[in-house]
Amino acid sequence: MDAKAEILARIAASNGRAELAAAARPKTPAPRMVPRPTIGSVQAQFVRYAAEYKALVRVVKGAEVQSAVRDALSGEKRVAVTSDLPQELLPHEARLVVDHPALANDELDRADAVLTLCAVAIAETGTVVLDGGIGQGRRALTLIPDHHICIVREDQIVDSVNEAVVWLRASVEAGRPLTFISGPSATSDIELVRIEGVHGPRRLDIIVVESQ
Amino acid sequence: MSGGGLHPAHSFTEEARENLRNRQLRANLGFATKTIREKRLRVTQELPDWEDLRLQGAAIKDEALASLSENLLQLEARVQAAGGQVHWARDAAEAREIVTALIQKHGAKEVVKVKSITTDEIELNKGLEEHGIHAIETDLAELICQLAGDAPSHILVPAIHKNRTEIRDLFRDKLGADLPTDDPAKLADAARTYLRQKFMSAKVAISGANFAIAETGTVCVFESEGNGRMCLTLPEVLITVMGIEKVLPHWEDMAVFLRLLPRSSTAERMNPYNSFWTGVHPGDGPKEFHLVLLDNGRTNVLASPVGRQTLRCIRCSACLNVCPVYERTGGHSYGSVYPGPIGAILTPQLLGMRDQNANTLPYASSLCGACVEVCPVRIDIPEVLIHLRGETSKSWFERMAMRFVARAMSSPGRFLRAVKLARFGQKFFVRKGVIRKAPGLGGWTASRDLPALPQQSFREWWKESRGRES
Repeated sequence: MDAKAEILARIAASNGRAELAAAARPKTPAPRMVPRPTIGSVQAQFVRYAAEYKALVRVVKGAEVQSAVRDALSGEKRVAVTSDLPQELLPHEARLVVDHPALANDELDRADAVLTLCAVAIAETGTVVLDGGIGQGRRALTLIPDHHICIVREDQIVDSVNEAVVWLRASVEAGRPLTFISGPSATSDIELVRIEGVHGPRRLDIIVVESQ
Repeated sequence: MSGGGLHPAHSFTEEARENLRNRQLRANLGFATKTIREKRLRVTQELPDWEDLRLQGAAIKDEALASLSENLLQLEARVQAAGGQVHWARDAAEAREIVTALIQKHGAKEVVKVKSITTDEIELNKGLEEHGIHAIETDLAELICQLAGDAPSHILVPAIHKNRTEIRDLFRDKLGADLPTDDPAKLADAARTYLRQKFMSAKVAISGANFAIAETGTVCVFESEGNGRMCLTLPEVLITVMGIEKVLPHWEDMAVFLRLLPRSSTAERMNPYNSFWTGVHPGDGPKEFHLVLLDNGRTNVLASPVGRQTLRCIRCSACLNVCPVYERTGGHSYGSVYPGPIGAILTPQLLGMRDQNANTLPYASSLCGACVEVCPVRIDIPEVLIHLRGETSKSWFERMAMRFVARAMSSPGRFLRAVKLARFGQKFFVRKGVIRKAPGLGGWTASRDLPALPQQSFREWWKESRGRES
């Protein structure tokens, strides 16, 4: 018998033996919608929680995006972007490195920052989620450069993890990789002292864009 | 100390006696467990439906286990449909062979690894080393343990037994890092510099998995440092080793575990990075993906109606941080890659209750029940501990004694007669009011004295004094 057949046979034997116990178990209780105490609006909660995890958050009106991006990029010379990032978001003077054709890893390593959009953001946890959709690019793009600037549209912020998971089903079914990002990379491995910035970007800037 | 992987080199009592002498370890552990405990309480209190979530987590896992074959077959089909390959491993040796062969096929001599207890369980690094393949641990704490030649001592903070000065000396010595200070930020930086070139050049990466979704073929890793993302994204080939109990039926199940795991584990609302991937995605990440499904004793655990709840475990380590025994004796006392209360029930069961040292682990508990209260999937650890104590073999004398006590306690008359008999029998062993050594029952008196039976029981006294009053 090969390994697969043997493991499946063992599972069948074990589950057969434990059948009575299994039958007595309760079924999954349906998730109840218990309202969480929110801090002001969903957006306000997202901003506060993202900031608590050391992301630098700016909230701007639609027309101010470009200047907010300019602020976030100040001092950064080479900025990596995807080819489908809307041009109106970009300050004119930024020196862009476009990931098309795909940049080699060491070229990405030479980029000072990366500017992306996101798929959805979660107020409950202060998380942004990337699914490789428009303006987000492949995973290495937001991993290797040391500074990630992520633009979040106000209407992309959902209240709960549950809503985000439901929303992301289509991306998962399409086989797209997802990355949940909550603050810059961090470690507490040495004496439980939290240090921001290990292997992933050391700085995470989030620009929340309110509709006019 | 571990004899490797799951196998403790000594009994828990022997290990604990040794480790309790280590003051540094006890101080570090006391501080770490208290800090994480308090943080966990704060972030779990934030969710008003926390208790509901735990019920859901337990029920989802139970259902996933009840239909484990179907879930695994569906996972396999989906991963294959998305361009990945699936391998099945009955035991540790078979899993090591599969991984070794895959690495050899690509001619790699060095691979990068993201923290995974499952690969520690199968002693993968040692196995690869025998074939001339060096696996570099990329999680900061795991790297520290690897460089020091230490076993990890905590699931979440594996190098908690080392302080910053020791780590600085280690990095100077082994990485040749120029470190004038022992500032943790500088130490992390040294690890970053060392590992970055490894990430950039590695052809093969090895990971574990936190969960896998059967209906979509999606696998995920939760982490903080970004070393996980590096391993999962940059190398051409990704090999993921996963215990068969990690599979969940539906994508929506993730909503429950995305809320349960980070708050129980690192005590954060969300850990910095969660990566989800489905097979191979053209133009993004590895060109080849292998998923190794590992049994290694899990189907034994599944066969026990009481013990199978152990397989709900999502490796959060919340039970370690609340356990009075773990807090004092430390992770190394458990002698296995799975320490703490969960280790005390998981290790002996994975080894089929046949390892004499592992069989001492169910006794590493005061049965206080703190672990049940924090477990995000409501594993009744004391229930399993007591069940396993019944399974461990005892000396014929102890078995006889237990049978005698059980019979004596089954009726008041018998009990009274037994007490009278014992009061007479104990005369030969009592010194200064206590029994220091009971013949044939060494384990019961090894670390505590048995108070002698008093000359008069309460019932006898009551009878006598009431008789006097009336």
